[in-house]
Amino acid sequence: MKIEEWIKSNTFHHSRFWDLKKLVEEKERQNIRISLCIPTLNEEKTIGKEVVIFRSELMQRYPLLDEIAIIDSGSEDNTLEVASAFGAQVYSATDILPHLESKRGKGENLWKAIYQLTGDIICYVDADIKNIHPRFVYGLVAPLIYNSETKYVKAFYDRPLAYSHGVRPSGGGRVTEILVRPLFSLLFPDLTGLIQPLSGEYAVRREVLERISFPIGYGVETSHLLDVYHKWGLAAFAQTDLDQRVHRNQSTRDLGKMAFGIMQTFLRRSEKLGIFKEIPNYHTILRQFQAQEKDYHQIEFPIVEDERPPMITVPEYREKYSIPETEVK
Amino acid sequence: MAETHKQSSKFRDDILRHAPSFEKVVKEQRDLLLANLVMIGEIPAPTFQEADRLEFVKNRFTEANLQNCSTDEVGNTVGLLPGTKGERTLLMVAHADTVFSEKVDHTISVGPNKITGPGVADNSLGLAVLSTIPAFLENMDIELDSNLLLMGTTRSLGQGNLEGLRFFLSNSTIPIHTGVSIEGAQLGRLSYSSVGMLRGVITCIVPEEEDFLRMTDTNAIITINEVINKIIDIRLPKRPRTYIIMGAINAGHSYNTAATKATLQFEIRSERAEIVRQIRDQLEEIVAEVSSQSGMFVKLDIVATRRPGGIRFKHPLSRVTREIMKTMDIEPEIRPSISELSAFISNDIPAITVGISKAEHIHEPNESVLIDPMYKGIAQLISILMAIDKGYCDEN
Repeated sequence: MKIEEWIKSNTFHHSRFWDLKKLVEEKERQNIRISLCIPTLNEEKTIGKEVVIFRSELMQRYPLLDEIAIIDSGSEDNTLEVASAFGAQVYSATDILPHLESKRGKGENLWKAIYQLTGDIICYVDADIKNIHPRFVYGLVAPLIYNSETKYVKAFYDRPLAYSHGVRPSGGGRVTEILVRPLFSLLFPDLTGLIQPLSGEYAVRREVLERISFPIGYGVETSHLLDVYHKWGLAAFAQTDLDQRVHRNQSTRDLGKMAFGIMQTFLRRSEKLGIFKEIPNYHTILRQFQAQEKDYHQIEFPIVEDERPPMITVPEYREKYSIPETEVK
Repeated sequence: MAETHKQSSKFRDDILRHAPSFEKVVKEQRDLLLANLVMIGEIPAPTFQEADRLEFVKNRFTEANLQNCSTDEVGNTVGLLPGTKGERTLLMVAHADTVFSEKVDHTISVGPNKITGPGVADNSLGLAVLSTIPAFLENMDIELDSNLLLMGTTRSLGQGNLEGLRFFLSNSTIPIHTGVSIEGAQLGRLSYSSVGMLRGVITCIVPEEEDFLRMTDTNAIITINEVINKIIDIRLPKRPRTYIIMGAINAGHSYNTAATKATLQFEIRSERAEIVRQIRDQLEEIVAEVSSQSGMFVKLDIVATRRPGGIRFKHPLSRVTREIMKTMDIEPEIRPSISELSAFISNDIPAITVGISKAEHIHEPNESVLIDPMYKGIAQLISILMAIDKGYCDEN
């Protein structure tokens, strides 16, 4: 499939899926279950609103979701209490598959959701969205319901700037445009069709999720895209414009850490996929500067992109979902 | 006497006995209510710009299978829940506009006990309750005999001057039997009468030919101060109760430049319309006098008026509402209103205004409403609606 063709056929706007009654009827006809996973770490200010909106609109009024679960990385605020008070299922990541060595990161929560949640489709939505709306879920789930070929749906958010001409720049955030898009352009040009490859909102079929690895840190989205592309091709992806997403901005310094983690994942994946023959051992300490009057100091941040294997390789998972070991390829 | 006792006993059986149990059902519908509150509250709706917010409400009415879901010429949005008998029509309203500009961040946050954000109490909560009423009634298995017309009104606040509801009541062909106005705050609020009110702006402007001088004696602040001093000298009667509220003053731009324009926003309130008219005449005299003495351009603009009136304390609508509140341990806070109630009163329609929850920081960006009291506030509203429907609030 050519990239232009893919963009034309697999890029949607959420308004196309406004008819929730029809969407729920189709979901019920196919007899599929849909789970929403919200990974959290100290999100008490926004989590209540997300749970209330999704429960009201997508469970009670239109039963699109079968479960809403919070998977938490060890919040020290009232995230779990608030989410639970508004009726979400609440899990601590460390309590899921507790015999495994504990790892901490968003990717860990996403990976453990595959074991804990029961949906045939799992939709991941970040907890820090200030302008939360049901479209953040139905816009991502609908392409999977309406098209059996689609396996992985990514969100993107247009930026409503005023432009006097018909053409305006459109794309992702700073890390996407400065790091990921140039890398994809160099080595995986098909993936440049994804407008915001790093967006934290996506819906994926279980059959895909259980067969891909999960870096536990910043690289999880990049890793997914490379693996899904490698195994199922560009046609497996779709993307939906969810309009605006209002969230807290990250500092350039934090984005540096993110870029460092993504680079590690990208290099390792590229090596695994045979793009590079052998990547030399790289350092896992990011060094950034801070200045005090005329003195400059380096601050060191150890960032190691640890990784979880495909969930299907975990015996407890196969047992829970009655999957024979021969299925592990 | 025996008839009255029988009626009272029936009222207890029909309404009061059920009132507390309604609270439980409302609580079960919490998510629907709070989601409506958040989604309505995040759509900015300054006065005259309520269209987007009311479009949301209209969709809710349509989804609830209400009839005649529509928007009128001034933007009011209505939905009709037909009664089993349909012999009369009750009108339940909530104003859609808020005091916040569309430029204000309208993000709402949901905490374990309260909802916070601009306009959540006045009046996003009122509108959210109005939007959720069909679901509450359905889940309580309540079918009203009367038609229930639900309406989100426009142009209520400030210079809107209740234009939305006034337009509807002036132009609708449906006779309205009773009106209920919902306000987000405060739980316990009960208004059944309206005070006379006149709201206006006095503006002082330095004429252009004197502007260049910027002398201290040609200063709009000094002139508006003169106006204020003369307003303070107006003798107000203790009975009927009468007030002049000076609400806002604006003048000047910097430390060292004499102000060329000053405005004073004020409101006159009185229990008698005649007194309001007399004070208005005095203000016009003050404006003319100060204008001629100072040589400045001074003018008075009236932006809103209300006629005093309403039902009596002993009117069954007022009495029954108090009785419901008492049964539900709600402390009534009875006060006259200048809100939608005034429009009902002007059209001789018996009406009340009730509040839903406890609120803090009203009209500030961190305005908030408590979640728990909402259940009681809504149960009270449904009980009042049932009492009106069953005829317990009829005068004869």
